[in-house]
Amino acid sequence: MKVLEFAEKFGMKVWAGENKLQNDITGVYVCDLLSWVMSHASKGDAWITVHTNLNIAAVALLTEVACVIVPENINVEPETITRAENEGIVILGTDLNSYEICCRAYECGVGK
Amino acid sequence: MTEGCLELNYDIPANDFLHAGEASSSVKKMLNQLGVDPDKVKKTAISMYEAEINAVIHADGGAAHIEIWKDKVVIKICDKGPGIPNVELAMQEGYTTAPDHVRDMGFGAGMGLPNMKRYADSLDIDTAVGKGTTVTITVFLK
Ligand SMILES: Nc1ncnc2c1ncn2[C@@H]1O[C@H](COP(=O)(O)OP(=O)(O)OP(=O)(O)O)[C@@H](O)[C@H]1O
Ligand SMILES: [Mg+2]
Repeated sequence: MKVLEFAEKFGMKVWAGENKLQNDITGVYVCDLLSWVMSHASKGDAWITVHTNLNIAAVALLTEVACVIVPENINVEPETITRAENEGIVILGTDLNSYEICCRAYECGVGK
Repeated sequence: MTEGCLELNYDIPANDFLHAGEASSSVKKMLNQLGVDPDKVKKTAISMYEAEINAVIHADGGAAHIEIWKDKVVIKICDKGPGIPNVELAMQEGYTTAPDHVRDMGFGAGMGLPNMKRYADSLDIDTAVGKGTTVTITVFLK
C-alpha cells in the first residue's frame, strides 16, 4: 500500500515529505529506542514513534523506512520538518494511538 | 579510482544531539552516488551513525575520518572524552550510562556498540580512560 493511500484513508496529516508519498508501506514497526529501531526496523516499514526531535529523520533515512508516523496529535518540531524535507523523509501525524494505527494497517493488509 | 582512496573529514560537535548524524547522512549519500551496493551502504551508515552519536553523547564530540577505497570503507571516529573503562561490559546489549536527558530523546538502549559489531565487518575500539576513544569501523565492499 502506498503511503499516500494510507494517509488519505485515515485522514493523516503530512508533516513532511509531500513528494515522497509514493513509497510503499510493506510493514509496521513500533519502538521509541532509536538504536533498537536502527537494528530491527526493516526497509519499507511505517515506523511509529512518539519522538519528534531531529534524530527521527536521521534514523528514518538510515533504516529506509517508508514513513514515520507520529501518533496522538503530538506536535512535530519545525527543525525536524525542515530536516525531513531535506532528506526526503515522510512524517505523518494522526490522532490515533500506536495500537490503533497498527490495527488500521492490519485491516488494510499491510505486512500480510 | 585506480589506486588510492577518497577521504572525507567531519567535525562532530559537542553536545549537539540534534544535529548529530549529519556526517553519517552525508557519507550515506556519497556512497550511494558512487554506486556502492545498497546493503553495504546501509551497514556502513548505521555503524557510523552509532559511533557518531556515541561521540556526541558520551564524549563531548570529536572527529570523523572516512576513507573510501575500491574494496572497503574505513571509518574512524575519534574523541577526547572519558574513555570506556570496561569495553567488554560496554559491548553488552542493554548496557548504558546515558543520562536521563539523553534517554528522553530516544537514546540509551545500550544497543549502539552491539549494532556496530553486527553491521561492521570489523570493529576496533581503542580507548583509554581519561584520554579518549577511537572507534574504527571497516566494511568490505567486495
Ligand atoms: N565514545 C565513547 N566514550 C565514552 N564512553 C562510551 C563511548 N561509546 C560508548 N561508551 C560507553 O559504552 C556504553 C554503551 O554504548 P552503546 O552505544 O552500546 O549504548 P548507549 O550509547 O548507552 O545507548 P544507545 O546507543 O542504544 O543509544 C555507553 O553507555 C557508554 O557508557
Ligand atoms: Mg550509543
